[in-house]
Amino acid sequence: MTTAQDAQSLVPDFGDEDNDRKICFIASKGTLDMVYPSLVMANAALGEGIETHIFFTFWGMDIITKKHMDDLQFTWLGNTAMHPPGGSKIHMPQGLAGLPGMTGLATKMMKKQIAELDVPEVPEFVQMIADAGGHLWACKMSVDMMGLTKEDMIDEVEDIISATDFIELSEGGQVIFT
Amino acid sequence: MPVATIAGAEVQVDEEGFMTEYDEWNEDIAAALAANIGIELGESHWQVIKFLREDYKEQGETPMLRRVSNVGGIPTKQLFQLFPKKPAKKMSYIAGVPKPQGCV
Repeated sequence: MTTAQDAQSLVPDFGDEDNDRKICFIASKGTLDMVYPSLVMANAALGEGIETHIFFTFWGMDIITKKHMDDLQFTWLGNTAMHPPGGSKIHMPQGLAGLPGMTGLATKMMKKQIAELDVPEVPEFVQMIADAGGHLWACKMSVDMMGLTKEDMIDEVEDIISATDFIELSEGGQVIFT
Repeated sequence: MPVATIAGAEVQVDEEGFMTEYDEWNEDIAAALAANIGIELGESHWQVIKFLREDYKEQGETPMLRRVSNVGGIPTKQLFQLFPKKPAKKMSYIAGVPKPQGCV
């Protein structure tokens, strides 16, 4: 039992003074299940007062492209760790995933599960991250390859930058590839 | 559990200094807790704190930032301005509710 006197100065350390941590995510996938890891972690990092960047490249471009960001899909084709919901031991047959309409069905189910956790869909999540001060960057090579322009992307994307630019801006930070 | 004297009242706190008893909280304590971490409470801060307390009471858990924004009606950007750097932890500290537990 601490006395009242001791606890007077018991103030949580929010680490405001000594936070020079920086985290840079590279988001390279556009399948629904592979989009969430960087978004969830970037959002958590921002909530901890950490300078946070996301560099979108290759299929990850869909996350910030207006035409696609609300329509990302999930398939378990090639993913042997897919089990039916509810902790079943059964593996979902790979062949089943290739049947017409199955990607849509799997996507719908995954979106429902995510929503049940009160986790937002991708467009809202990206907006939340931008509002929290996250920096969003588009990859120049991907933009050129896919024939995109800045207008195809949401306004929150700060700029289209090269690989060299990203290496420069991530100096001193932790880089996480997803 | 340590006992702290905050704004003249004896309150239970955890080892970090977060209050542990919902009913021991009052507005004077909130102002003192805010001052501890360099925040002067204005009208918008109170709106957030009141939402946190009401929502905690109804839901049994501290709302995450998204819920404070979507249900409480205080935009994310503003939350980061009102409670700089670590809004979720700072606002729960001041509101006398546990740190939020969720991921998003």
